[in-house]
Amino acid sequence: MARSVTTRQKVIATIAAWTVGLIIFFPILYTIITSFKTEPEAIAGFSLIPSGTFENYITVQTQRDYIKPFMNSVVLSVGSTILALIIAVPGAWAMAFSPTKRTKDILMWMLSTKMMPAVAVLVPIYLMFRDFGLLDSRIGLTIMLTLINLPIVIWMLYTYFREIPGEILEASRMDGAGLWQEIVYVLTPMAVPGIASTMLLNIILAWNESFWSIRLTTVEAAPLTAFIASFSSPQGLFWAKLSAASTMAIAPILILGWFSQKQLVRGLTFGAVK
Amino acid sequence: MATQNTKTLARLMMAPSVLLLLVWMVVPLAMTLWFSFQNYNLLDPSNVGFAGTFNYEFFYTDPAFFQSIWNTLVLVLGVLFITVTGGIAIGLLLDQPMFGQGIVRILVISPFFVMPPVAALVWKNMIMHPGYGVFADIARFFGLQPIDWFAQYPLFSIIIIVAWQWLPFATLILLTALQSLDSEQKEAAEMDGANFFNRFIYLVMPHLARSITVVVLIQTIFLLGVYAEILVTTNGGPGYASTNIAFLIYRTALLGYDVGGASAGGIIAVILANIVAFFLMRAVGKNLDR
Repeated sequence: MARSVTTRQKVIATIAAWTVGLIIFFPILYTIITSFKTEPEAIAGFSLIPSGTFENYITVQTQRDYIKPFMNSVVLSVGSTILALIIAVPGAWAMAFSPTKRTKDILMWMLSTKMMPAVAVLVPIYLMFRDFGLLDSRIGLTIMLTLINLPIVIWMLYTYFREIPGEILEASRMDGAGLWQEIVYVLTPMAVPGIASTMLLNIILAWNESFWSIRLTTVEAAPLTAFIASFSSPQGLFWAKLSAASTMAIAPILILGWFSQKQLVRGLTFGAVK
Repeated sequence: MATQNTKTLARLMMAPSVLLLLVWMVVPLAMTLWFSFQNYNLLDPSNVGFAGTFNYEFFYTDPAFFQSIWNTLVLVLGVLFITVTGGIAIGLLLDQPMFGQGIVRILVISPFFVMPPVAALVWKNMIMHPGYGVFADIARFFGLQPIDWFAQYPLFSIIIIVAWQWLPFATLILLTALQSLDSEQKEAAEMDGANFFNRFIYLVMPHLARSITVVVLIQTIFLLGVYAEILVTTNGGPGYASTNIAFLIYRTALLGYDVGGASAGGIIAVILANIVAFFLMRAVGKNLDR
């Protein structure tokens, strides 16, 4: 039975929560608003009402070729995620369904690789990339992103797969299902939601990764993180254009993120909080 | 029913992940360790050879080293303090019945999905800029002198930006934990006359303890490596005022071309991260046993 709540309490909580929410969201909101202002408007002092120009979006594309880093971000984040899934699904599957005494140790060890600070291996990775001609290449950065997110992908898949009851396999076998039928009709439908959630979270993480993507690229393979970082030395009026570029860079992932709240908690705590 | 066959199959299925991660962990780290004992500067190819512990001494005696360690600590602890206390407070607030809870939740978690360069540049230019930022507008509205955040309080400014990015994470996880608190326990405590403060200390906090540990440890892993936020705002300055250990290593390696020195710094960073990792592994490992 729920506790009785007076309307007054509810109204107070509503006002307080909306105030906090809007303050936290404000920098994002203000960026979106500013992207529809003209440059003189953008520096003319605080205002929440833009003149509604789309000029900045057009300028960012014509002057800075926005589509290129955007496509790089899409290719890199989706590519590295699919690659990581191809490698991780069989491994996580094996650990979830045929665990041995060492499974737990292997999982913990995999997690520990995620804790190696990126800067510690910056020098060797940079030199290796230089020697193999992988600097500023999509292939190089895809490999990098796959490797750094692989432990999280394995862990997430493992926690999802572990929830699939093993008895259901036995039941389907008793009913005379062959291995192929077992995979297609029993396992796949149960595994797909977990794989989809893992994919979603990993695309978000790869899209926002800002160490390797900035350091290992210059122009050709530069994703949005590197593209936006290049705005850090301003030339002339650029507030509104920066806002337009930023809005476009975060919008797709913001919307994906809203749909993945639950998976986020689970994925980033390695299943420790659900 | 684990036959020898299925065992072999399981090993084969795990092999790609295990081998890749093994190579990924061992090879670069071994190279860093090797370089850290070498004289190796990309600008001076003639001076190559065994350096003993020179690189470590060089890094250790550099005044920037201790400042960057200190800055790293202040950054990590500052962000942890803001996000954990803020996360508990906002989590408690969002756990109340209200109108439009789903939308407020979306507003609160949004900063987490903003890529670090965007977060840093938006805060630097639109919020904290001494001339055109919103903070300056507010200061002028009250007749105060606007603050030049990144010149006067560079490290604090970065702490604010990073805390803004991580507050949603802490809030989301603590809120999830709060919602799993048995409402009958809360009611029982209320019936027994426990006021809000007592319920918080004796019921809510013990329930949250494990989630807080997880938040602290996971954030620490990421916060030790804060990089893009510093790069696009202060570039580590003024002087070394906002240089953390990650940024110092980057500076030594790619701006100073000192491979040996940067590698020694990298090994130090690994040791620091390992101390944290040790505790995180224990916390997560315990959970696996359940």
